[in-house]
Amino acid sequence: MTALSNGHAANNSSLFKIPPIKFTNLFINGHFVHSLSGNEFETIDPRTGEVIAKISEGRKEDIDVAVKAAREAFDNGPWPRMSGAERAKIMMKWADLIEENLEELAALDAIDAGKLYHLVKVVDIPAVANCLRYYAGAADKIHGEVLKGAREFHAYTLMEPIGVVGHIIPWNFPSTMFAAKVSPSLAAGCTVVLKPAEQTPLSALFFAHLAKQAGIPDGVLNVVPGFGPTAGAAISSHMDIDKVSFTGSTEVGRAIMHAAASSNLKPVSLELGGKSPLLIFDDADVDKAADLALLGILFNKGEICVASSRVFVQEGIYDEFEKKLVEKAKAWVVGDPFDPQSQQGPQVDKNQFEKILSYIEIGKQEGATLLTGGKRVGNKGYYIEPTIFSNVKENMRIAQDEIFGPVLALMKFRTIEEGIKSANNSRYGLAAGIVTKNIDTANTVSRAIRAGIIWINCYFAFGNDIPYGGYKQSGFGRDFGMEGLHKYLQVKSVVTPIYNSPWL
Amino acid sequence: MASSSTRISRLLSRSSASLFSRGGKGYLGTGFSRYSTATALEEEPIKPAVQVEHTQLLIGGKFVDALSGKTFPTLDPRTGEVIAHVAEGHSEDVDRAVAAARKAFDQGPWPKMTAYERQRILLRAADLLEKHNDELAALETWDNGKPYEQSAQIEIPMLVRLFRYYAGWADKIHGMTVPADGQYHVQTLHEPIGVAGQIIPWNFPLLMFAWKVGPALACGNTIVLKTAEQTPLSALYAAKLFHEAGLPEGVLNVVSGFGPTAGAALASHMDVDKLAFTGSTDTGKVVLELAARSNLKPVTLELGGKSPFIVCEDADVDQAVELAHFALFFNQGQCCCAGSRTYVHEHVYDEFVEKAKARALKRIVGDPFKSGIEQGPQIDSEQFEKILKYIRSGVQSGATLETGGDRLGSKGFYVQPTVFSNVEDGMLIAKEEIFGPVQSILKFKDLDEVIERANNTRYGLAAGVFTKNIDTANTLTRALRVGTVWVNCFDTFDAAIPFGGYKMSGQGREKGEYSLKNYLQVKAVVTPLKNPAWL
Repeated sequence: MTALSNGHAANNSSLFKIPPIKFTNLFINGHFVHSLSGNEFETIDPRTGEVIAKISEGRKEDIDVAVKAAREAFDNGPWPRMSGAERAKIMMKWADLIEENLEELAALDAIDAGKLYHLVKVVDIPAVANCLRYYAGAADKIHGEVLKGAREFHAYTLMEPIGVVGHIIPWNFPSTMFAAKVSPSLAAGCTVVLKPAEQTPLSALFFAHLAKQAGIPDGVLNVVPGFGPTAGAAISSHMDIDKVSFTGSTEVGRAIMHAAASSNLKPVSLELGGKSPLLIFDDADVDKAADLALLGILFNKGEICVASSRVFVQEGIYDEFEKKLVEKAKAWVVGDPFDPQSQQGPQVDKNQFEKILSYIEIGKQEGATLLTGGKRVGNKGYYIEPTIFSNVKENMRIAQDEIFGPVLALMKFRTIEEGIKSANNSRYGLAAGIVTKNIDTANTVSRAIRAGIIWINCYFAFGNDIPYGGYKQSGFGRDFGMEGLHKYLQVKSVVTPIYNSPWL
Repeated sequence: MASSSTRISRLLSRSSASLFSRGGKGYLGTGFSRYSTATALEEEPIKPAVQVEHTQLLIGGKFVDALSGKTFPTLDPRTGEVIAHVAEGHSEDVDRAVAAARKAFDQGPWPKMTAYERQRILLRAADLLEKHNDELAALETWDNGKPYEQSAQIEIPMLVRLFRYYAGWADKIHGMTVPADGQYHVQTLHEPIGVAGQIIPWNFPLLMFAWKVGPALACGNTIVLKTAEQTPLSALYAAKLFHEAGLPEGVLNVVSGFGPTAGAALASHMDVDKLAFTGSTDTGKVVLELAARSNLKPVTLELGGKSPFIVCEDADVDQAVELAHFALFFNQGQCCCAGSRTYVHEHVYDEFVEKAKARALKRIVGDPFKSGIEQGPQIDSEQFEKILKYIRSGVQSGATLETGGDRLGSKGFYVQPTVFSNVEDGMLIAKEEIFGPVQSILKFKDLDEVIERANNTRYGLAAGVFTKNIDTANTLTRALRVGTVWVNCFDTFDAAIPFGGYKMSGQGREKGEYSLKNYLQVKAVVTPLKNPAWL
């Protein structure tokens, strides 16, 4: 465990100068305002459990004010009435401002979510700018169709912005999720009320500040930090919100859909949990496969809905693979997320930390073999060792439930058919990985696995143009790509008779 | 920021409102000249606020002389005097440019970059074009003779807009996965087509540059572009800005020169993978033949037109007059889609003719650098003479010359705004593309008749329909065999609206998503599936 002893969990604060927190209030109708109740909540540094800042706590009455602003901006404001090119110009400007504030934004996510600062700086924040630019470029490419019409009718479709969109985003990728939701809805011409996770409100508020600077009109983007049962529930049950898009746990997703159903039947898109399989076949390069498997579960401390938390290895290479995987896991560096040497920071909060440790206990009780890890690192903050279980049975809870931490369940399979069957033995269907050199195996498994994204010989290969979302209880609807734009559009068919048309 | 298309309509409404009264004073007040600013043409031409910096060929990222050392003069259409001597590209220069483009395509980095990086370079180029709006506009007006306000307020912003639009396409060029009858996995790859040869005309030098270069670059191609010999200057300046924006050398090569030499070399080149041409129908035929005889490169053609503008009986005559006037006279009548056959319903015909004449009389013609000018000189003496010849033909064939009919001033290539009434379909002025400020007004009785007559042409580029009745609009829209129908508007151009012709007005479409197809190859990739979970 030498690597883990490298962890700087105990001596952290000198590594990076945390910028002063500038924005802690609700952002409604273009202004930072206190919550109506005056209530605040604390956002915590997961390295230490200490308070970073006190944040205005939005509740139902604040959501009402935000929705009113968004409604007004949609019904009477300039945003949906601008040309796509004009919206694009403002979004491009916003993207530039985000790049200009790269370091400060990266620091906010790192301190608020325990994410690796150097990764957030080169991956997450630039991806926000890129995502905005991608959808800015799409704003003037929203095409309806002119239809064939079986009789003497001229018919066409208009793709109209859906209206006021409620977004509820999680804490594991505060910036990426913000961009994935806000960019396409703004490109479509919608207005937005967004609730960031209570664990990670800081970057969203900063983005809102920059949006105003870029020229996003007041009321178009509203950011209301708060908790799920109050602010989140108010969004999902609001009668004046036309669409809700949620990323988070399957349990909460269910509650949101229920609230939408019992209020105004607003369409919902849900991007929920996962228990994604990674299938490694006998012909794989074992060393590379082990790297991929490890990254698949440890990236972002395992706090990622597409984590490869079930790794199925074909029996021919199983033993060699297991050995390498454990070696690599032991060399993995857990430490302060501001330390460039760190590969893994602390879990986001105490709840998650304890949940993960309890799952590790469950794994042991169920009879799985703990190959490495299994304990917290240090005695401060929420650091957990990379943890690998072998001899896992498909029906064990550590093979069925989403743990959302650095805990990998390793299993063995013999044939392709068996691998497919085991991989599909889950209530989730978000992602899957395949490692093989054989094109037939790759193609067969790609079609057979019931998941929204398949990575062949890669993992976490995301892109602005690559749609992303789940099968089964991993949710429905897609973020990213043109699919991610279309869910913020209504389709209106327009039909009128025609006379003496020379063709039909 | 207003979109470019709304700018056009704003300019249009401005000319109908304030310019009306201004022109009115000049004309009605004196009776001395029918065109209020005719005398101004005798004044010294305004000196453009721009230096001509680039006159050489742009090959492989560098400005170079022609191998022959030859140059040709480019002329100021206000005076016929030389602006600058420009390197004259010939076959051997085209070879050099194609070799540079070939290398840039085959070895990269351009097609090998991520689409996101290509997008960023195109966006930077758009920013630079925007920054140099006034210089580009001045060069454009100097070389072409079009009103400076039109260049600076409409065309350059539109150029910028077009490049931003195509920048956004770069990372949205999607192939498909395709169903097959058997157990096959099928996908299509949309690959850049390679080296694109592009030949552009003189009437909208920079806009045509954008229509061609924008989609070709977004798709990852490399380019050899030949500008018109009348207007070589602005494209050289714009292309230089692309290199400042980070475009790798060899990706965009600009060769000034003439059609029979440089143009023919490009069209018949064995190493050019695609050709796009905008210009006359006669030249388009030659280009297509050269492509056929050489390497069968696919060709996009955007050619001539004789577009009908149909004013129905329910139309608001004042609005129809203004729009029909704009449809024909915009850009000195030098538009391939000019509404050059104005069909007016018999019930409103007399009123329309009278008002169309009055409007033409009020058109403000003069030095294009002067503020408020609606019409500058024609491009060159050849076009100028051709237009005057057509006007004589109109008179001889018995059409009524309502106004205009002659040159304006004694210097440069200014032509009076000219209106013919009582034009018959068989007259030369109703059949051939004049490409000048000559409006032909024809009378019609019913819808079926005007449909037949409007379609009775070898061209099919565009049409205007002016009516308040939705059924009339829909019937005409479907019946007219043209690539664009403008209903109650005209010359509404936008980056996303495709443009191109039926019949001998050409083939293919430019702008919008459609233009990407011109610059992409489709590769189907097929592989068997073993035990697929579904088909």
